[in-house]
Amino acid sequence: MHRNPSRPLSPHLTIWRWGPHMLVSILHRVTGTGLATLGAAAFVWWLVAAATSAEAYADFLDHADNWYGVVIGVGLSWAFFQHSLSGIRHFVLDMGAGYELGVNKFWSVMTLVGSIFLTALLWFLIVGGN
Amino acid sequence: MRMESPLGRVRGLGSARSGARHWWLERLTSVSTLLLFIWFAVSLLRLPGLDHETVTEWLRSPLAAVPMLLLIVSTFWHLKLGLQVVIEDYVHQEGSKLFSVLLLNFLTIAGAALAFFAILKIAFGGDAPNA
Ligand code: HEM
Repeated sequence: MHRNPSRPLSPHLTIWRWGPHMLVSILHRVTGTGLATLGAAAFVWWLVAAATSAEAYADFLDHADNWYGVVIGVGLSWAFFQHSLSGIRHFVLDMGAGYELGVNKFWSVMTLVGSIFLTALLWFLIVGGN
Repeated sequence: MRMESPLGRVRGLGSARSGARHWWLERLTSVSTLLLFIWFAVSLLRLPGLDHETVTEWLRSPLAAVPMLLLIVSTFWHLKLGLQVVIEDYVHQEGSKLFSVLLLNFLTIAGAALAFFAILKIAFGGDAPNA
């Protein structure tokens, strides 16, 4: 990028009053990046371990069943739900809908509520299934 | 599907010169990724457990292995497009930008290839549980 530093930038990051849509926008990037790095690595590890041997798989499960494995698992599943709900919201915004202040705020908050609800539901099913 | 106007195409507008296609593929792959991950979660929850035998036996079925291969293609494609946008937003120096995008391409293809091979190895592993 070739920006002339003597030209002032408008103070776009500092003049806005905080709202849930800003948090959701940032979370879309944070969760996407987290899933794409940590999530993808864990997923590939799981598959390669399963294809390698029972021992390699047991090694993976040792970590996954550990407290930090569960923390990462809960975190990744929450990230997936948050990213997906906010991705669906993206489709609506891409069509040019949902920019009215009240509507925009409502659906921003709903992605946050929804992702926590879906994470809780998923882990309820996982724990209940065992 | 081309989402640019003929004039925009001729001029090669957009920072990456292929912005509209990138944008469209990011949407397309996000829908397929969503559908495939719903399938994946439901499938795993329906398995009696996640031990080695159960998982490898599940992956030997074509109706598990093929959607898994599609899931890998869809997810890695989507995340490669996504991370490239993140890189282009924060890495401004042309040299390091080129290097980062190159590295991203190598790493995503390597990751997807590993996952692909693992699924195929299990799927083609025959009837005996591979120990
Ligand atoms: C595990 C699977 C997924 C991974 C690893 C992933 C990763 C990413 C990454 C790294 C980005 C770039 C973020 C940014 O530019 O701020 C992104 C963008 C995006 N993702 Fe995903 N994603 C996944 C699943 C999904 C799903 C299921 C949906 C839709 C329901 C979705 C919808 C989107 C959309 C619409 C964008 C573009 C956002 C924009 O243009 O600003 N993603 N994703």
